[in-house]
Amino acid sequence: MEESRTETLMLNVGPHHPSTHGVLRVIVELDGERVVDLKPDLGFLHRGVEKLAESKTYHQFIPVTDRLDYMAASYNNFAYCLAVEKLLGLEVPRRAQYIRVLIGELNRIFSHLFWLGTHAHDLGAMTPIFYALREREEIMNLLEMCCGGRLTQTYFRIGGVAADLPEGFVEKVRQFTSHFPKRVEEYETLLTDNPIWKERAVGVGVLSKQEAIAMGASGPMARGSGLALDVRKTNPYSSYEDFDFEIPVFQEGDVYSRYLVRMEEMRQSTRIIDQVLDHLPDGPYLAEAPKLVPPPKERTLTEIEALIHHFILYEEGFKPPVGEVYACVESPRGEMGYYLISDGSPKPFRLKIRPPAFVNLESLATMTRGRLLADLIAILSSVDIVLAEIDR
Amino acid sequence: MSEEPKAVEKLQEKFPEAVKEVGEFRGQSWVVVPREDLLKVCEFLRDDPDLNFDFLSFVCGVDYFPREPRFEVVYQLYSTKTHSRFRLKTRVSSQDATVPSVTSIWPTADWHERETFDLMGINFQGHPDLRRILLPADWVGHPLRKDYPLRGPESIS
Repeated sequence: MEESRTETLMLNVGPHHPSTHGVLRVIVELDGERVVDLKPDLGFLHRGVEKLAESKTYHQFIPVTDRLDYMAASYNNFAYCLAVEKLLGLEVPRRAQYIRVLIGELNRIFSHLFWLGTHAHDLGAMTPIFYALREREEIMNLLEMCCGGRLTQTYFRIGGVAADLPEGFVEKVRQFTSHFPKRVEEYETLLTDNPIWKERAVGVGVLSKQEAIAMGASGPMARGSGLALDVRKTNPYSSYEDFDFEIPVFQEGDVYSRYLVRMEEMRQSTRIIDQVLDHLPDGPYLAEAPKLVPPPKERTLTEIEALIHHFILYEEGFKPPVGEVYACVESPRGEMGYYLISDGSPKPFRLKIRPPAFVNLESLATMTRGRLLADLIAILSSVDIVLAEIDR
Repeated sequence: MSEEPKAVEKLQEKFPEAVKEVGEFRGQSWVVVPREDLLKVCEFLRDDPDLNFDFLSFVCGVDYFPREPRFEVVYQLYSTKTHSRFRLKTRVSSQDATVPSVTSIWPTADWHERETFDLMGINFQGHPDLRRILLPADWVGHPLRKDYPLRGPESIS
């Protein structure tokens, strides 16, 4: 006599699954193929970055922020530099602000492309990742040309950027933006109306608008749930108010609408990049503030004052006033913020990072309960997580 | 980054005994309230139609060792209606590092409070599932505390 089993089954998804950029374990409770409950287990990549910040000067910490997110490293630079500049009350030159926007938006496309490729792969479509990587390679070449780094660029500095745009860079970016929108159309031809794709994505992993607010969801997740939140529009930073672009918002809150949001965002980013190139102002790429920003190398060779500033900055760093600030940017995953407390010493007293993927992942259980196990993979990859950023 | 002077005024008017300390730096303002009043202040901030702080960006702890009260718990708020930001803080001593959980007001606080508990060692009363989130369950100590060595305890390094 065979007896049927009635208790639920505990299943470990991960540690490490292709839909997670990094190491994540999800403990899933299954009733047949249906997900009853799940608990994500994080921390495999925890490196104590916030603690580390307390032992480094403000300048020294910039390369560490890159290592938090290998998909869009510049956004961590961006939010961190904005927070320090706010703390110092430092004005960033117009040209540097525009360059930051340009690099930022290139990073956004770069991140969304890789997300698109892996997400499609998770849903069983092999082709898109090859196309997505092809375009991603082009952006990596551009970034490499600009600052030498491909994934972790460390291009931003407190007060501006590390170097001016190299010769021929603007033309190369123009070449990219001239053909990229057509490529986005190609992806859409492959996927958007594809019945198999829609079957896997439409109505799956629904997060309502109220739930999105309550769970603190931001970025494409919030915008896929009908919440028009975008720091670039709501609290513009770094000259974003100069550019004309739209925030794509979809109401359904499912995997499909998060996909649509990101596709449209890639187009909007191209639009912003074109505008940056059209109106790129002349001027310095780094603020003129000898006590905060290292003077140009040539001057340290001829002026004693510049040399003194150079040494003090690299030996001791600078001492910001006592105070605390919170600054955030719209990263490809949402509101990426840095909360900084200064006690007047050359090292941050406390640095807290608000990683958007960490908060977005929190809604995973809400979105998945009652769905099939196969849907879990689709939902998980639609969140677009980067574990290095979540674990810090 | 827009700040919220209106929130400070409203809180002072509504809870004159709770709002003891108000701070302001680079256009960002915050209020320190005693932990006994934390929940009702949070509820007011979320529900008042003018303020509407329905979105909690993060919760974190700050260690002011060896000063007492040693810990500060910070709540960074955002309004999806007015798009303004506001910071709320409360202080607790090292002997009694416990604050009420705000998960009932903002469900997103769940993981943030777990993280603060994990790394800073602050207890959140009423939290549905308070356990370590980033470190292994058997980890000793709370690394973000100022008296925790940077390279970890000797047994590890």
